[in-house]
Amino acid sequence: MAEDVRPRLKIPASAKKGEVIEIKTLVSHQMESGQRKDKDGKVIPRKIINKFVCTMNGKEVFRADLEPAIASNPFISFFLKAEESGTLAFAWTDDDGSVYRAEQKITVT
Amino acid sequence: MRLCAIFLACLACVALTASAHAGDPPGHSAGAKKSGYLFASPATREMQDDDFNNPAFLWVEKGEALWSRAEGAAGKSCASCHNDAKSSMRGVGASYPKVDAKSGKLLDLEQRINLCRTDHMQATALAWESEGLLGLTTYVKLQSRGMPVNVQIDGPAKAYWEKGKAFYYARRGQLGLACANCHEDNEGHMLRADLLSQGQSNGFPTYRLEWQSLGSLQKRFQGCNSQVRAEPYPLGSEEYLALELFVASRGQGLPIETPSVRK
Repeated sequence: MAEDVRPRLKIPASAKKGEVIEIKTLVSHQMESGQRKDKDGKVIPRKIINKFVCTMNGKEVFRADLEPAIASNPFISFFLKAEESGTLAFAWTDDDGSVYRAEQKITVT
Repeated sequence: MRLCAIFLACLACVALTASAHAGDPPGHSAGAKKSGYLFASPATREMQDDDFNNPAFLWVEKGEALWSRAEGAAGKSCASCHNDAKSSMRGVGASYPKVDAKSGKLLDLEQRINLCRTDHMQATALAWESEGLLGLTTYVKLQSRGMPVNVQIDGPAKAYWEKGKAFYYARRGQLGLACANCHEDNEGHMLRADLLSQGQSNGFPTYRLEWQSLGSLQKRFQGCNSQVRAEPYPLGSEEYLALELFVASRGQGLPIETPSVRK
């Protein structure tokens, strides 16, 4: 699943103020570790997602650095305290500099 | 007499443990037939249980998009003839491999999809293990999830089934092992660090953690064959096709779990 990187999100559409909600994310990516060799013995260059950031209305709420030992199609889930309505934005940064983005609105009552 | 009674009691005990594990969740067995799900670790099961956690759904999304994408000279997509897969493909995946009425040849789901592409859409066939073919196959078979495996093994399929059966019981490779040596004789036993399953195919295409990818049943056959140090047959070969039918028939009645997650 390398050519077109597609993020998937699972976030509740609404939550009560103060409620702890689970955010689940999955992104298709081959996560080539840079340790493998091809049939001719040449090292396959490393190509992984090295950074993941989640922001709520522009403010960073979660961040992770990813390393070569992480399997392909990384699944990241974490918990968040719902404080205000707004947009959760997610960004996965690739070794080649490209950034894959996704966002979803959440209503907090 | 007393000895005999003790013996019988022991026998009953053995039969009881063999027929079912007390902690098995429902919906993954049919009598003594057990899905690979029951041999998987709790963490692997958990990945399969939630469609969001299951990485195979990345391929399902791809397949769903391909379903209604017009390709080829005829300007058609799958949906042009079959409309909504959710209703038209219900139960279809559970009945494959199946003998094609027109050509009289046995086809698996992958080949059926490619035949539709070349014949009706006049598009190019998708390569084995390509994202597109795996995606479409999984998307179609997903519509049968929960339905029992129901392949035809009599009539025109009989000869193929016999061929598959012969393959299943034939020893091969440097290790001289038949499929049955692991999956029938030693099912539930450890092979080094691996718990041997019955080798049921109701969850294929499956996301294997070892592959870090989705893969077809035939790709798994190749893996098994090279593990016994036999030369694997090419993907789509008649040998594997017949074997697919025989393996499906062993799991007749097991619920379809596609796309499953395995180690």
